[in-house]
Amino acid sequence: MPSHDVLIIGAGLAGQRAALAAARAGATVAITSKVHPVRSHSVAAAGGINAALNPEDSWESHAYDTVKGSDYLGDQDAIEIMCKEAPDELLELEHIGVTFHRNDRGELGTRAFGGASAARTYYVADITGQAILHVLYEQLMKYADRIDRYEEWFTTSLLSDDEGNCCGCVARDVRSGTMENFTAKAVILATGGAGQAYKPTTNGLIVTGDGIALAYRAGAPLMDMEMVQYHPTTLVENGFLITEGARGEGAQLFNSEGERFMERYAPNKVELASRDVVSRAEQTEIDEGRGVGANGAGLHLDVTKVPRKRILEALREIVNIGRDFAGTDITREPIVIRPGQHYYMGGVKTDVWGQTPVPGLYAAGEVACLSVHGGNRLGANSLLDTLIFGRRSGEHAAQRASEMALPQVSDTQLDDDMAMIDRLISRERTGRRIAEIKDELGTSMNKHCAVFRDAEGLDTCLQTIRRLKQDAERAYVDDRGTVFNQDVLGAIELGFMLDCAETTVVAAIHRTESRGAQFRTDFPERNDDEWLKHIDVSLGGDGEPDLSYSEVTITQWQPEARTY
Amino acid sequence: MPAFTLKLRRYDPESGQAPFWQEFPVELEGHRSVLEGILEARAALDGSIGIRCSCRAAICGSCGVRINGEPGLACKTHLEEALRGARDGAIEVEPMGNMPVIKDLIVDMDAVHWKKVQRVTPWLINREPIPEREYIVPHENMVDVTQSMACIQCGACVSDCLSMEIDPEFVGPAALAKAYRFVGDPRDAEPRERLTDLSEDPHGIYDCTHCFKCIDACPKDVDPMNQIMRLRRRAGSDFEIEDSNNGHRHEAAFVKNIRRNGILHEADLLADSYGGKLNPRALPVLLKSLPTALRAVLRRKMTPGKVLLHPHSRQAKELRRVYDEVEGHEQPYQLNLYVEGHDEEEDSSASALAKEQKASSSAEAAPGAGT
Repeated sequence: MPSHDVLIIGAGLAGQRAALAAARAGATVAITSKVHPVRSHSVAAAGGINAALNPEDSWESHAYDTVKGSDYLGDQDAIEIMCKEAPDELLELEHIGVTFHRNDRGELGTRAFGGASAARTYYVADITGQAILHVLYEQLMKYADRIDRYEEWFTTSLLSDDEGNCCGCVARDVRSGTMENFTAKAVILATGGAGQAYKPTTNGLIVTGDGIALAYRAGAPLMDMEMVQYHPTTLVENGFLITEGARGEGAQLFNSEGERFMERYAPNKVELASRDVVSRAEQTEIDEGRGVGANGAGLHLDVTKVPRKRILEALREIVNIGRDFAGTDITREPIVIRPGQHYYMGGVKTDVWGQTPVPGLYAAGEVACLSVHGGNRLGANSLLDTLIFGRRSGEHAAQRASEMALPQVSDTQLDDDMAMIDRLISRERTGRRIAEIKDELGTSMNKHCAVFRDAEGLDTCLQTIRRLKQDAERAYVDDRGTVFNQDVLGAIELGFMLDCAETTVVAAIHRTESRGAQFRTDFPERNDDEWLKHIDVSLGGDGEPDLSYSEVTITQWQPEARTY
Repeated sequence: MPAFTLKLRRYDPESGQAPFWQEFPVELEGHRSVLEGILEARAALDGSIGIRCSCRAAICGSCGVRINGEPGLACKTHLEEALRGARDGAIEVEPMGNMPVIKDLIVDMDAVHWKKVQRVTPWLINREPIPEREYIVPHENMVDVTQSMACIQCGACVSDCLSMEIDPEFVGPAALAKAYRFVGDPRDAEPRERLTDLSEDPHGIYDCTHCFKCIDACPKDVDPMNQIMRLRRRAGSDFEIEDSNNGHRHEAAFVKNIRRNGILHEADLLADSYGGKLNPRALPVLLKSLPTALRAVLRRKMTPGKVLLHPHSRQAKELRRVYDEVEGHEQPYQLNLYVEGHDEEEDSSASALAKEQKASSSAEAAPGAGT
């Protein structure tokens, strides 16, 4: 039974950064991930990372942009910490080897990004997430004597002791099928978002809300779950991401009439308004019949406005994506895009040290909600969020661990989980197929809980989810083996996604206003008097979600009308 | 909707059975990927099909396989394109080579790929003192190492590395490309030590046979072999590392041999690699090679006449001009996709390339840079 001071579940940017911080603070560390760490979805973050590092820039400006971007739902204490600590974090990354773009003086160079009042996005071509993820993994290899890596271990439950402290997890070695208790003094969830609850999504197949659901089931409250970001530029057919870096470099959006329509919606920032603003504008153009491509379901993103040499140097990945997945040479012609599910602003509620209300349980990165993103996240703030709060969680968890003894853990949960998997495998093959249920879930979420929402659609969606939960109870798996039984893991992931979807829709129904990513056509105005607050969702004793509220922390920026 | 037949290599380690082929019919548009085909088969027909995958967009590096015998990413290969390369109308998908198979299309990358990556001290050894702000580094250097940074660790190059097939201990294309990411990084304190290590290792940089397989295999244009050649250039030309494997001297002898003869004179090559026929170090090697030479003569691959009177190439003069042109440049050409891109118009000749390079180095700072 592996035992460590700090156990980290998930090995994307937040998890790896937490592991490094905890190890440097002297803790013994285990980091588990259901995939090899470099496959984590942080790898797909393309555009860059924000930091007010230039002397002419200021953390206050970065923080204000973030607050405004969040539609004033972000907690300003957390945003201040993130923006103040950003420059040091960026330099730390540079020092451990990230190959950031340089200007002609050999200094770190920036690019423009959406919703920002200064060019403060640092980047590695359009593979920034990949570059940082791989460099952090280099550090994990370097610190191999202090950080035990459990690669391809799938977490099935969190463990808690008699006093309600979180003290580890139950996980399955995907390769052998062996189940183990992992004991730890502190547990950090870093499992990412829940994009696969939607279809299509920019997120990878592994992004199934595991940590959100595990925490919810362990009694931790979720916050801002209704805030789901639709990215303005995703491929129509398969939802693949075209980085915001394209617009940052000068690409423009056009409708079927050849009009650069963002000039109407955001006269100052045009294509570089906040993502919720651009996605809504696009959806409006499509809904009003000015779309392009098959069924007028998309709009043109014209990257040819960017000099060709610059495209090849700084946007190479989307040249590949255009060529391989849309048959379009973006250096010569516009590409058809539309808004697509991209990011969960909501997640497990934490404080500024990543602590959830469950003692010993932390969360960092997309799985968590502090909230630094509020109703809408700015591009290039997610990498920053993962790194700042990954590090802070790691440091705090190491501190907690240094002050306590290793908790005692029984095998009850382990036995339960083994029995649960046995039941799944021996289930009668009479129900629906897992893939079919997942498909219906994703399609319904994308139809009813998307850029525009209303009570009727959300209610339909909630009923669908509840029906699918019953279907999932009877869904069967084909694979009865133990080695790499991905089928059985898929069945467990389906349960995670359904929990995430349910809490998302319940909160979206409850918030009867429009703010950030939540736009209710039946309540089209922002309503600060009633709704300048977070919705928290906890698992009730009856298995249903319980709703409550928490205040938004305001330090120096009062809500204002939001224009770009 | 067009129909495709996927012929998957199945292996269940728990069954006690040998690997076998199984066919699955799928209906999908031809521009959808082989991975989507496999996932369709898994969703509708058999949930037990094993394949690692996540992003579906050639970024995460999970789904390295062999399709119709060629290594690549399942998500990046279109069904219609795969069908064109298929025998008997069925698209064959099997696990990557050079690594043990765990189940179906899943291989043990830890046992081979990641072990080799760990071999090259895969982290930055900081040049001291570490600056308070960022290291000041030329733009070109960062762009240069970004090509190897673009590696997604999918293992496609490892799968079909011919040198590794012969010598399983060869450090290999992916790990050596990773090594260049540090050697080419001006922030690293120990490029000489790294290069000495990889030159002295008998399974190191001189173990590559330039077969180009890894360049064909790489789905991200990292061109691992080119990174290996850069390591050799840095080791040989910049640091003048004379390795005990004789790799550097062999390479120098080869270049000299072609320059002198216009066409490879094999009888001279071995001796030259050890300092020439009269060098005492060459004697034991030459003696050792006698049986091989004898076999070559017996099989008429070599004739005594050819050995003694090597025919010189008629294009020797033209070849020498190429040598002069290349050696005349102050900086050796460092082709880099992030700088040049793949472009038919631009790839045509060395002089066009020179112009392009000149233009790119004098171009104004990129938009958004330098604020």
